[in-house]
Amino acid sequence: MDVVTTEAPSLEVSGLAYAYPDGHQALFGVDLTVGRGERVALLGPNGAGKTTLVLHLNGILGGGVGTVSVAGLPVEKRNFAEVRRRVGIVFQDPDDQLFMPTVREDVAFGPAAAGMRGAELQARVDEALEQVGMSAFADRPPHHLSFGQRRRVAVATVLAMRPEILVLDEPSSNLDPASRRELADILRSLDVTVLMVTHDLPYALELCPRAVVLSEGVIAADGRTQDLLCDEELMRAHRLELPFGFDPRSVTLPVAAA
Amino acid sequence: MGAGHTHKLYRHGHSAVHALPPQCKLAAAFAFVVVVVSTPREAVWAFALYAVLLAAVAAAARIPAGFLLRRLLIEVPFVAFAVLMPFVAQGERVGVLGVSLSVSGLWGAWNVLAKGTLGVAASVLLASTTELRALLLGMQRLKLPPLLVQIATFMIRYGDVITGELRRMSIARRSRGFEARGVRHWGVLAKTAGSLFIRSYERGERVYLAMVSRGYTGSMPVIDDIAASRAQWAHAAVLPVTALAVCLMGWTL
Repeated sequence: MDVVTTEAPSLEVSGLAYAYPDGHQALFGVDLTVGRGERVALLGPNGAGKTTLVLHLNGILGGGVGTVSVAGLPVEKRNFAEVRRRVGIVFQDPDDQLFMPTVREDVAFGPAAAGMRGAELQARVDEALEQVGMSAFADRPPHHLSFGQRRRVAVATVLAMRPEILVLDEPSSNLDPASRRELADILRSLDVTVLMVTHDLPYALELCPRAVVLSEGVIAADGRTQDLLCDEELMRAHRLELPFGFDPRSVTLPVAAA
Repeated sequence: MGAGHTHKLYRHGHSAVHALPPQCKLAAAFAFVVVVVSTPREAVWAFALYAVLLAAVAAAARIPAGFLLRRLLIEVPFVAFAVLMPFVAQGERVGVLGVSLSVSGLWGAWNVLAKGTLGVAASVLLASTTELRALLLGMQRLKLPPLLVQIATFMIRYGDVITGELRRMSIARRSRGFEARGVRHWGVLAKTAGSLFIRSYERGERVYLAMVSRGYTGSMPVIDDIAASRAQWAHAAVLPVTALAVCLMGWTL
Protein backbone atom coordinates (compact mmCIF):
# COMPACT_ATOMS: atom_id res chain seq x y z
CA MET A 1 0.00 0.00 0.00
CA ASP A 2 3.08 2.22 0.03
CA VAL A 3 2.85 4.87 -2.62
CA VAL A 4 5.78 6.98 -3.75
CA THR A 5 6.43 9.08 -0.70
CA THR A 6 7.71 12.21 -2.42
CA GLU A 7 4.27 12.95 -3.84
CA ALA A 8 1.68 14.71 -1.76
CA PRO A 9 -1.31 12.46 -1.11
CA SER A 10 -4.34 13.04 -3.35
CA LEU A 11 -6.37 14.06 -0.37
CA GLU A 12 -5.42 15.09 3.10
CA VAL A 13 -8.07 16.05 5.63
CA SER A 14 -6.97 16.94 9.12
CA GLY A 15 -8.96 17.91 12.17
CA LEU A 16 -11.97 18.91 10.12
CA ALA A 17 -14.95 20.02 12.18
CA TYR A 18 -18.05 21.73 10.91
CA ALA A 19 -21.36 22.92 12.24
CA TYR A 20 -24.19 24.06 10.00
CA PRO A 21 -25.44 27.63 10.46
CA ASP A 22 -28.48 26.26 12.30
CA GLY A 23 -26.14 24.90 14.97
CA HIS A 24 -26.28 21.26 13.94
CA GLN A 25 -22.76 19.93 14.20
CA ALA A 26 -22.00 17.42 11.45
CA LEU A 27 -18.25 16.83 11.69
CA PHE A 28 -16.19 16.53 14.87
CA GLY A 29 -12.56 16.42 13.78
CA VAL A 30 -12.12 14.20 10.75
CA ASP A 31 -8.67 12.98 9.75
CA LEU A 32 -8.31 11.18 6.47
CA THR A 33 -5.46 10.70 4.04
CA VAL A 34 -5.96 9.13 0.64
CA GLY A 35 -2.81 8.30 -1.28
CA ARG A 36 -2.46 8.76 -4.99
CA GLY A 37 -4.12 5.99 -6.98
CA GLU A 38 -5.95 4.51 -3.99
CA ARG A 39 -9.61 3.54 -4.11
CA VAL A 40 -11.22 4.15 -0.77
CA ALA A 41 -14.81 3.54 0.30
CA LEU A 42 -16.38 5.99 2.72
CA LEU A 43 -18.99 4.05 4.65
CA GLY A 44 -21.42 5.26 7.24
CA PRO A 45 -25.06 5.35 8.24
CA ASN A 46 -27.44 8.06 7.10
CA GLY A 47 -26.70 11.34 8.80
CA ALA A 48 -23.12 10.42 9.61
CA GLY A 49 -21.83 13.51 7.85
CA LYS A 50 -20.69 11.87 4.61
CA THR A 51 -22.19 14.49 2.30
CA THR A 52 -20.95 17.28 4.54
CA LEU A 53 -17.45 15.87 4.28
CA VAL A 54 -17.69 15.55 0.50
CA LEU A 55 -18.79 19.18 0.13
CA HIS A 56 -15.71 20.25 2.07
CA LEU A 57 -13.40 18.57 -0.40
CA ASN A 58 -13.92 21.23 -3.05
CA GLY A 59 -14.71 24.12 -0.80
CA ILE A 60 -18.48 24.29 -1.22
CA LEU A 61 -18.71 24.10 2.54
CA GLY A 62 -16.05 25.56 4.73
CA GLY A 63 -15.40 27.98 7.51
CA GLY A 64 -15.15 25.39 10.26
CA VAL A 65 -12.00 24.11 11.96
CA GLY A 66 -9.34 22.02 10.27
CA THR A 67 -7.78 21.82 6.84
CA VAL A 68 -8.28 19.99 3.59
CA SER A 69 -5.69 19.80 0.86
CA VAL A 70 -5.83 18.18 -2.53
CA ALA A 71 -2.50 16.97 -3.89
CA GLY A 72 -0.77 19.43 -1.61
CA LEU A 73 -2.97 22.38 -2.56
CA PRO A 74 -4.93 23.74 0.40
CA VAL A 75 -8.66 24.17 -0.19
CA GLU A 76 -8.94 27.92 0.24
CA LYS A 77 -10.87 30.57 -1.55
CA ARG A 78 -7.98 31.69 -3.73
CA ASN A 79 -7.43 28.11 -4.93
CA PHE A 80 -11.08 27.24 -5.57
CA ALA A 81 -10.82 27.18 -9.36
CA GLU A 82 -7.90 24.76 -9.31
CA VAL A 83 -9.31 22.71 -6.43
CA ARG A 84 -12.60 22.26 -8.27
CA ARG A 85 -10.74 21.08 -11.31
CA ARG A 86 -8.78 18.57 -9.20
CA VAL A 87 -11.71 17.21 -7.24
CA GLY A 88 -14.35 15.65 -9.47
CA ILE A 89 -17.55 15.08 -7.54
CA VAL A 90 -20.18 12.84 -9.10
CA PHE A 91 -23.44 13.60 -7.36
CA GLN A 92 -26.03 11.01 -6.59
CA ASP A 93 -28.76 12.16 -8.97
CA PRO A 94 -27.44 12.43 -12.53
CA ASP A 95 -30.30 14.80 -13.33
CA ASP A 96 -28.65 17.27 -10.98
CA GLN A 97 -25.26 16.71 -12.49
CA LEU A 98 -26.25 16.88 -16.15
CA PHE A 99 -27.69 20.32 -16.70
CA MET A 100 -26.73 21.11 -20.27
CA PRO A 101 -28.97 20.38 -23.27
CA THR A 102 -26.69 17.73 -24.77
CA VAL A 103 -24.26 15.17 -23.39
CA ARG A 104 -21.37 16.69 -25.31
CA GLU A 105 -21.95 20.18 -23.96
CA ASP A 106 -22.31 18.83 -20.47
CA VAL A 107 -19.01 16.99 -20.60
CA ALA A 108 -17.43 20.13 -22.09
CA PHE A 109 -18.77 22.36 -19.32
CA GLY A 110 -15.97 21.84 -16.78
CA PRO A 111 -13.00 22.22 -19.13
CA ALA A 112 -14.72 25.11 -20.94
CA ALA A 113 -15.29 26.87 -17.63
CA ALA A 114 -11.55 26.50 -17.08
CA GLY A 115 -10.96 28.30 -20.36
CA MET A 116 -10.40 25.46 -22.79
CA ARG A 117 -11.69 25.97 -26.35
CA GLY A 118 -11.85 24.50 -29.83
CA ALA A 119 -10.13 21.29 -30.91
CA GLU A 120 -8.46 20.74 -27.55
CA LEU A 121 -11.85 20.90 -25.82
CA GLN A 122 -13.35 18.57 -28.39
CA ALA A 123 -10.53 16.07 -27.88
CA ARG A 124 -10.99 16.21 -24.11
CA VAL A 125 -14.72 15.57 -24.41
CA ASP A 126 -14.21 12.65 -26.80
CA GLU A 127 -11.63 11.13 -24.49
CA ALA A 128 -13.87 11.37 -21.42
CA LEU A 129 -16.87 9.90 -23.24
CA GLU A 130 -14.67 7.14 -24.60
CA GLN A 131 -13.54 6.25 -21.07
CA VAL A 132 -17.12 5.59 -20.00
CA GLY A 133 -18.17 4.04 -23.30
CA MET A 134 -20.68 6.77 -24.17
CA SER A 135 -19.10 8.21 -27.32
CA ALA A 136 -22.10 7.25 -29.44
CA PHE A 137 -24.41 9.39 -27.32
CA ALA A 138 -22.55 12.69 -27.49
CA ASP A 139 -25.32 14.61 -29.22
CA ARG A 140 -28.23 13.20 -27.22
CA PRO A 141 -30.02 15.22 -24.60
CA PRO A 142 -29.38 13.68 -21.16
CA HIS A 143 -33.06 13.07 -20.43
CA HIS A 144 -33.27 10.64 -23.34
CA LEU A 145 -30.71 8.31 -21.78
CA SER A 146 -31.30 5.44 -19.38
CA PHE A 147 -30.43 6.00 -15.75
CA GLY A 148 -27.27 3.90 -16.00
CA GLN A 149 -26.14 5.80 -19.08
CA ARG A 150 -26.78 9.09 -17.33
CA ARG A 151 -24.67 7.99 -14.38
CA ARG A 152 -21.83 7.10 -16.75
CA VAL A 153 -22.09 10.46 -18.49
CA ALA A 154 -22.01 12.10 -15.06
CA VAL A 155 -18.71 10.32 -14.44
CA ALA A 156 -17.46 11.54 -17.82
CA THR A 157 -18.34 15.15 -16.96
CA VAL A 158 -15.80 15.11 -14.15
CA LEU A 159 -13.26 12.91 -15.93
CA ALA A 160 -13.11 15.59 -18.61
CA MET A 161 -11.48 17.83 -16.03
CA ARG A 162 -8.71 15.23 -15.49
CA PRO A 163 -9.27 15.25 -11.75
CA GLU A 164 -6.72 14.26 -9.15
CA ILE A 165 -9.44 12.50 -7.19
CA LEU A 166 -12.83 11.23 -8.22
CA VAL A 167 -15.46 11.48 -5.49
CA LEU A 168 -18.56 9.39 -6.09
CA ASP A 169 -21.69 9.87 -4.02
CA GLU A 170 -23.60 6.59 -3.95
CA PRO A 171 -22.47 5.52 -7.41
CA SER A 172 -24.49 2.31 -7.45
CA SER A 173 -27.82 3.72 -6.27
CA ASN A 174 -30.78 3.06 -8.56
CA LEU A 175 -28.70 1.04 -10.99
CA ASP A 176 -29.81 -2.34 -12.25
CA PRO A 177 -27.24 -5.12 -11.76
CA ALA A 178 -25.89 -4.89 -15.31
CA SER A 179 -25.38 -1.11 -15.15
CA ARG A 180 -23.82 -1.56 -11.74
CA ARG A 181 -21.31 -4.04 -13.10
CA GLU A 182 -20.58 -1.84 -16.14
CA LEU A 183 -19.90 1.11 -13.90
CA ALA A 184 -17.61 -1.02 -11.73
CA ASP A 185 -15.66 -2.05 -14.83
CA ILE A 186 -15.30 1.58 -15.84
CA LEU A 187 -14.16 2.68 -12.39
CA ARG A 188 -11.61 -0.13 -12.25
CA SER A 189 -10.23 0.85 -15.65
CA LEU A 190 -9.56 4.45 -14.59
CA ASP A 191 -6.16 5.51 -13.42
CA VAL A 192 -7.35 7.96 -10.81
CA THR A 193 -7.73 8.19 -7.05
CA VAL A 194 -11.28 7.32 -6.00
CA LEU A 195 -13.23 8.15 -2.87
CA MET A 196 -16.54 6.36 -2.99
CA VAL A 197 -19.34 7.27 -0.59
CA THR A 198 -21.69 4.33 -0.35
CA HIS A 199 -24.13 2.17 1.55
CA ASP A 200 -23.60 -0.60 -0.95
CA LEU A 201 -21.17 -2.73 1.02
CA PRO A 202 -20.63 -5.48 -1.56
CA TYR A 203 -19.85 -2.78 -4.12
CA ALA A 204 -17.35 -1.20 -1.74
CA LEU A 205 -15.74 -4.59 -1.21
CA GLU A 206 -15.60 -5.22 -4.92
CA LEU A 207 -13.99 -1.91 -5.84
CA CYS A 208 -12.15 -0.51 -2.88
CA PRO A 209 -9.31 -2.31 -1.12
CA ARG A 210 -9.53 0.20 1.74
CA ALA A 211 -12.54 1.54 3.59
CA VAL A 212 -13.18 4.12 6.28
CA VAL A 213 -16.25 4.33 8.45
CA LEU A 214 -17.59 7.78 9.20
CA SER A 215 -19.95 7.74 12.12
CA GLU A 216 -21.33 10.63 14.14
CA GLY A 217 -18.92 13.05 12.54
CA VAL A 218 -15.67 11.15 13.17
CA ILE A 219 -13.70 8.44 11.38
CA ALA A 220 -14.60 5.43 13.47
CA ALA A 221 -12.59 2.84 11.58
CA ASP A 222 -10.05 2.71 8.78
CA GLY A 223 -8.67 -0.47 7.29
CA ARG A 224 -8.96 -3.18 4.67
CA THR A 225 -12.53 -3.26 3.42
CA GLN A 226 -12.83 -6.99 3.93
CA ASP A 227 -11.59 -6.77 7.51
CA LEU A 228 -14.06 -4.02 8.34
CA LEU A 229 -17.01 -5.84 6.81
CA CYS A 230 -16.10 -9.00 8.71
CA ASP A 231 -15.99 -7.14 12.03
CA GLU A 232 -19.55 -7.77 13.14
CA GLU A 233 -19.33 -5.68 16.27
CA LEU A 234 -18.04 -2.64 14.40
CA MET A 235 -20.68 -3.05 11.75
CA ARG A 236 -23.48 -3.25 14.30
CA ALA A 237 -22.18 -0.26 16.23
CA HIS A 238 -22.42 1.94 13.15
CA ARG A 239 -25.67 0.71 11.65
CA LEU A 240 -23.94 -0.94 8.73
CA GLU A 241 -25.66 -4.06 7.52
CA LEU A 242 -24.73 -6.51 4.86
CA PRO A 243 -27.40 -7.62 2.39
CA PHE A 244 -29.16 -10.87 3.19
CA GLY A 245 -27.03 -13.89 2.42
CA PHE A 246 -23.87 -11.93 1.72
CA ASP A 247 -20.78 -13.16 3.49
CA PRO A 248 -17.73 -10.96 2.98
CA ARG A 249 -15.49 -13.83 4.11
CA SER A 250 -16.63 -15.97 1.21
CA VAL A 251 -15.57 -13.45 -1.42
CA THR A 252 -12.27 -13.99 -3.15
CA LEU A 253 -11.03 -10.59 -4.10
CA PRO A 254 -9.23 -9.96 -7.36
CA VAL A 255 -5.53 -9.34 -6.73
CA ALA A 256 -5.33 -5.73 -5.59
CA ALA A 257 -3.94 -3.64 -8.37
CA ALA A 258 -3.47 -0.56 -6.27
CA MET B 1 -27.02 17.76 -34.09
CA GLY B 2 -28.17 14.24 -33.59
CA ALA B 3 -31.39 12.37 -33.33
CA GLY B 4 -33.67 12.72 -30.37
CA HIS B 5 -32.69 16.32 -29.91
CA THR B 6 -35.45 17.69 -32.06
CA HIS B 7 -38.39 19.58 -30.71
CA LYS B 8 -41.79 19.13 -32.25
CA LEU B 9 -41.72 22.65 -33.62
CA TYR B 10 -38.60 21.86 -35.60
CA ARG B 11 -38.79 20.38 -39.07
CA HIS B 12 -35.63 18.61 -40.09
CA GLY B 13 -34.16 19.68 -43.41
CA HIS B 14 -31.04 20.70 -45.28
CA SER B 15 -32.13 23.85 -47.07
CA ALA B 16 -30.22 27.10 -47.33
CA VAL B 17 -32.47 28.54 -44.64
CA HIS B 18 -31.74 25.65 -42.28
CA ALA B 19 -28.02 26.12 -42.83
CA LEU B 20 -27.91 29.79 -41.85
CA PRO B 21 -26.39 30.45 -38.42
CA PRO B 22 -29.12 30.93 -35.79
CA GLN B 23 -28.07 34.42 -34.78
CA CYS B 24 -28.57 35.63 -38.39
CA LYS B 25 -32.03 34.08 -38.56
CA LEU B 26 -33.02 35.47 -35.18
CA ALA B 27 -31.94 38.96 -36.10
CA ALA B 28 -33.62 38.71 -39.50
CA ALA B 29 -36.91 37.49 -38.06
CA PHE B 30 -36.89 40.18 -35.39
CA ALA B 31 -36.10 42.93 -37.89
CA PHE B 32 -38.83 41.64 -40.20
CA VAL B 33 -41.41 41.78 -37.41
CA VAL B 34 -40.35 45.30 -36.46
CA VAL B 35 -40.71 46.41 -40.07
CA VAL B 36 -44.13 44.78 -40.40
CA VAL B 37 -45.38 46.37 -37.21
CA SER B 38 -44.26 49.82 -38.29
CA THR B 39 -46.10 49.62 -41.63
CA PRO B 40 -49.23 51.84 -41.85
CA ARG B 41 -52.33 49.67 -41.67
CA GLU B 42 -53.94 51.41 -44.64
CA ALA B 43 -51.25 50.04 -46.99
CA VAL B 44 -53.13 46.79 -47.48
CA TRP B 45 -51.07 45.77 -50.49
CA ALA B 46 -47.86 45.97 -48.41
CA PHE B 47 -49.10 43.20 -46.15
CA ALA B 48 -49.83 41.07 -49.18
CA LEU B 49 -46.23 41.62 -50.30
CA TYR B 50 -44.95 40.63 -46.85
CA ALA B 51 -46.95 37.43 -47.07
CA VAL B 52 -45.38 36.76 -50.48
CA LEU B 53 -41.91 37.34 -48.97
CA LEU B 54 -42.59 34.84 -46.19
CA ALA B 55 -43.97 32.37 -48.72
CA ALA B 56 -40.72 32.71 -50.66
CA VAL B 57 -38.69 31.99 -47.50
CA ALA B 58 -40.91 28.99 -46.75
CA ALA B 59 -40.35 27.74 -50.29
CA ALA B 60 -36.59 28.20 -49.95
CA ALA B 61 -36.70 26.28 -46.66
CA ARG B 62 -38.91 23.61 -48.27
CA ILE B 63 -41.56 23.98 -45.60
CA PRO B 64 -44.89 22.80 -47.06
CA ALA B 65 -47.71 25.34 -46.97
CA GLY B 66 -49.96 22.93 -45.09
CA PHE B 67 -47.41 22.53 -42.29
CA LEU B 68 -47.01 26.28 -41.97
CA LEU B 69 -50.75 26.96 -41.99
CA ARG B 70 -51.44 24.32 -39.36
CA ARG B 71 -48.80 25.89 -37.09
CA LEU B 72 -50.49 29.24 -37.60
CA LEU B 73 -53.56 27.92 -35.77
CA ILE B 74 -51.88 28.86 -32.50
CA GLU B 75 -52.97 32.38 -33.35
CA VAL B 76 -56.69 31.57 -33.14
CA PRO B 77 -57.34 32.91 -29.60
CA PHE B 78 -55.90 36.29 -30.61
CA VAL B 79 -57.94 36.32 -33.79
CA ALA B 80 -61.07 35.85 -31.72
CA PHE B 81 -60.17 39.01 -29.85
CA ALA B 82 -59.59 40.90 -33.12
CA VAL B 83 -62.95 39.77 -34.47
CA LEU B 84 -64.68 41.37 -31.47
CA MET B 85 -63.19 44.78 -32.11
CA PRO B 86 -65.52 45.98 -34.91
CA PHE B 87 -68.50 45.26 -32.63
CA VAL B 88 -67.28 46.96 -29.50
CA ALA B 89 -65.17 49.88 -30.78
CA GLN B 90 -66.60 53.40 -30.77
CA GLY B 91 -66.82 55.97 -33.56
CA GLU B 92 -68.16 56.10 -37.10
CA ARG B 93 -70.15 53.03 -38.08
CA VAL B 94 -70.93 51.24 -41.32
CA GLY B 95 -73.60 48.67 -42.04
CA VAL B 96 -72.39 45.34 -43.37
CA LEU B 97 -75.11 42.76 -44.15
CA GLY B 98 -77.41 44.60 -41.82
CA VAL B 99 -74.94 44.60 -38.90
CA SER B 100 -73.63 47.92 -37.68
CA LEU B 101 -69.82 47.83 -37.37
CA SER B 102 -67.33 50.43 -36.17
CA VAL B 103 -64.98 51.66 -38.90
CA SER B 104 -62.07 52.23 -36.55
CA GLY B 105 -62.81 48.83 -35.06
CA LEU B 106 -62.59 47.25 -38.50
CA TRP B 107 -59.23 48.90 -39.15
CA GLY B 108 -58.06 47.89 -35.68
CA ALA B 109 -59.09 44.29 -36.29
CA TRP B 110 -57.36 44.24 -39.65
CA ASN B 111 -54.24 45.74 -38.08
CA VAL B 112 -54.06 43.11 -35.32
CA LEU B 113 -54.92 40.30 -37.69
CA ALA B 114 -52.48 41.18 -40.47
CA LYS B 115 -49.51 42.11 -38.30
CA GLY B 116 -50.15 39.28 -35.86
CA THR B 117 -50.41 36.67 -38.59
CA LEU B 118 -47.23 37.84 -40.29
CA GLY B 119 -45.37 37.92 -36.99
CA VAL B 120 -46.53 34.44 -36.04
CA ALA B 121 -45.72 33.14 -39.51
CA ALA B 122 -42.19 34.54 -39.28
CA SER B 123 -41.72 32.92 -35.84
CA VAL B 124 -43.09 29.61 -37.08
CA LEU B 125 -40.64 29.69 -39.97
CA LEU B 126 -37.79 30.48 -37.60
CA ALA B 127 -38.78 27.70 -35.22
CA SER B 128 -39.25 25.12 -37.94
CA THR B 129 -35.86 25.79 -39.52
CA THR B 130 -33.79 26.28 -36.37
CA GLU B 131 -33.31 23.80 -33.58
CA LEU B 132 -34.17 24.99 -30.11
CA ARG B 133 -30.62 24.47 -28.93
CA ALA B 134 -29.26 26.44 -31.88
CA LEU B 135 -31.68 29.27 -31.13
CA LEU B 136 -30.23 29.54 -27.63
CA LEU B 137 -26.70 29.56 -28.98
CA GLY B 138 -27.79 32.30 -31.37
CA MET B 139 -29.23 34.29 -28.48
CA GLN B 140 -25.99 33.86 -26.56
CA ARG B 141 -24.08 34.97 -29.63
CA LEU B 142 -26.31 38.03 -30.07
CA LYS B 143 -25.33 39.03 -26.53
CA LEU B 144 -28.82 38.82 -25.13
CA PRO B 145 -28.82 39.05 -21.32
CA PRO B 146 -26.86 35.93 -20.32
CA LEU B 147 -29.10 35.16 -17.34
CA LEU B 148 -32.17 35.00 -19.56
CA VAL B 149 -30.39 32.69 -21.98
CA GLN B 150 -29.26 30.47 -19.11
CA ILE B 151 -32.79 30.31 -17.75
CA ALA B 152 -34.11 29.35 -21.17
CA THR B 153 -31.41 26.69 -21.48
CA PHE B 154 -32.40 25.20 -18.14
CA MET B 155 -36.06 25.24 -19.14
CA ILE B 156 -35.26 22.98 -22.07
CA ARG B 157 -33.16 20.68 -19.98
CA TYR B 158 -35.48 20.45 -16.99
CA GLY B 159 -38.89 20.78 -18.64
CA ASP B 160 -39.10 17.02 -19.03
CA VAL B 161 -37.69 16.33 -15.58
CA ILE B 162 -40.31 18.53 -13.93
CA THR B 163 -43.20 17.21 -16.02
CA GLY B 164 -42.02 13.75 -15.04
CA GLU B 165 -42.13 14.74 -11.40
CA LEU B 166 -45.61 16.19 -11.81
CA ARG B 167 -46.79 13.02 -13.51
CA ARG B 168 -45.42 10.82 -10.72
CA MET B 169 -47.18 12.98 -8.14
CA SER B 170 -50.40 12.72 -10.09
CA ILE B 171 -50.07 8.93 -10.29
CA ALA B 172 -49.37 8.81 -6.56
CA ARG B 173 -52.54 10.84 -5.89
CA ARG B 174 -54.73 8.71 -8.10
CA SER B 175 -53.26 5.51 -6.69
CA ARG B 176 -54.66 6.60 -3.37
CA GLY B 177 -58.08 7.11 -4.85
CA PHE B 178 -58.03 10.82 -5.51
CA GLU B 179 -59.74 12.29 -8.54
CA ALA B 180 -59.90 16.05 -8.95
CA ARG B 181 -63.60 16.89 -9.20
CA GLY B 182 -64.74 20.39 -8.62
CA VAL B 183 -63.79 23.20 -6.33
CA ARG B 184 -63.47 21.10 -3.19
CA HIS B 185 -60.36 19.45 -4.58
CA TRP B 186 -58.57 22.58 -5.61
CA GLY B 187 -56.78 22.61 -2.27
CA VAL B 188 -55.10 19.32 -3.08
CA LEU B 189 -54.04 20.59 -6.49
CA ALA B 190 -52.68 23.77 -4.92
CA LYS B 191 -50.63 21.68 -2.50
CA THR B 192 -49.32 19.66 -5.44
CA ALA B 193 -48.25 22.86 -7.13
CA GLY B 194 -46.62 23.99 -3.89
CA SER B 195 -44.64 20.82 -3.38
CA LEU B 196 -43.65 20.80 -7.03
CA PHE B 197 -42.29 24.28 -6.51
CA ILE B 198 -40.33 23.21 -3.44
CA ARG B 199 -38.96 20.16 -5.19
CA SER B 200 -37.90 22.19 -8.20
CA TYR B 201 -36.33 24.78 -5.95
CA GLU B 202 -34.36 22.14 -4.11
CA ARG B 203 -33.31 20.57 -7.38
CA GLY B 204 -32.18 24.00 -8.48
CA GLU B 205 -29.93 24.19 -5.44
CA ARG B 206 -28.46 20.76 -6.13
CA VAL B 207 -27.87 21.63 -9.78
CA TYR B 208 -26.18 24.82 -8.69
CA LEU B 209 -23.88 22.84 -6.38
CA ALA B 210 -23.00 20.53 -9.25
CA MET B 211 -22.26 23.53 -11.46
CA VAL B 212 -20.09 25.23 -8.87
CA SER B 213 -18.22 21.97 -8.36
CA ARG B 214 -17.25 22.06 -11.99
CA GLY B 215 -15.97 25.58 -11.91
CA TYR B 216 -19.09 27.65 -12.62
CA THR B 217 -18.54 31.23 -11.56
CA GLY B 218 -21.63 32.95 -12.91
CA SER B 219 -21.35 32.79 -16.66
CA MET B 220 -21.78 29.91 -19.05
CA PRO B 221 -18.59 29.02 -20.88
CA VAL B 222 -18.78 29.23 -24.67
CA ILE B 223 -18.70 25.64 -25.86
CA ASP B 224 -19.86 25.90 -29.43
CA ASP B 225 -18.58 28.99 -31.11
CA ILE B 226 -20.88 29.55 -34.05
CA ALA B 227 -19.42 32.31 -36.13
CA ALA B 228 -21.40 33.72 -39.05
CA SER B 229 -19.69 34.91 -42.20
CA ARG B 230 -20.46 38.20 -43.91
CA ALA B 231 -22.16 36.30 -46.73
CA GLN B 232 -24.45 34.51 -44.28
CA TRP B 233 -25.46 37.78 -42.68
CA ALA B 234 -26.11 39.17 -46.15
CA HIS B 235 -28.32 36.20 -47.03
CA ALA B 236 -30.28 36.54 -43.82
CA ALA B 237 -30.67 40.26 -44.39
CA VAL B 238 -32.52 39.74 -47.68
CA LEU B 239 -35.87 39.25 -45.92
CA PRO B 240 -35.88 42.28 -43.59
CA VAL B 241 -34.27 44.58 -46.18
CA THR B 242 -36.86 43.73 -48.84
CA ALA B 243 -39.55 44.16 -46.23
CA LEU B 244 -38.11 47.53 -45.29
CA ALA B 245 -38.34 48.64 -48.92
CA VAL B 246 -41.99 47.59 -48.96
CA CYS B 247 -42.58 49.42 -45.71
CA LEU B 248 -41.03 52.63 -47.01
CA MET B 249 -43.23 52.43 -50.10
CA GLY B 250 -46.16 51.95 -47.80
CA TRP B 251 -45.37 55.23 -46.02
CA THR B 252 -44.65 57.23 -49.13
CA LEU B 253 -47.36 55.97 -51.52
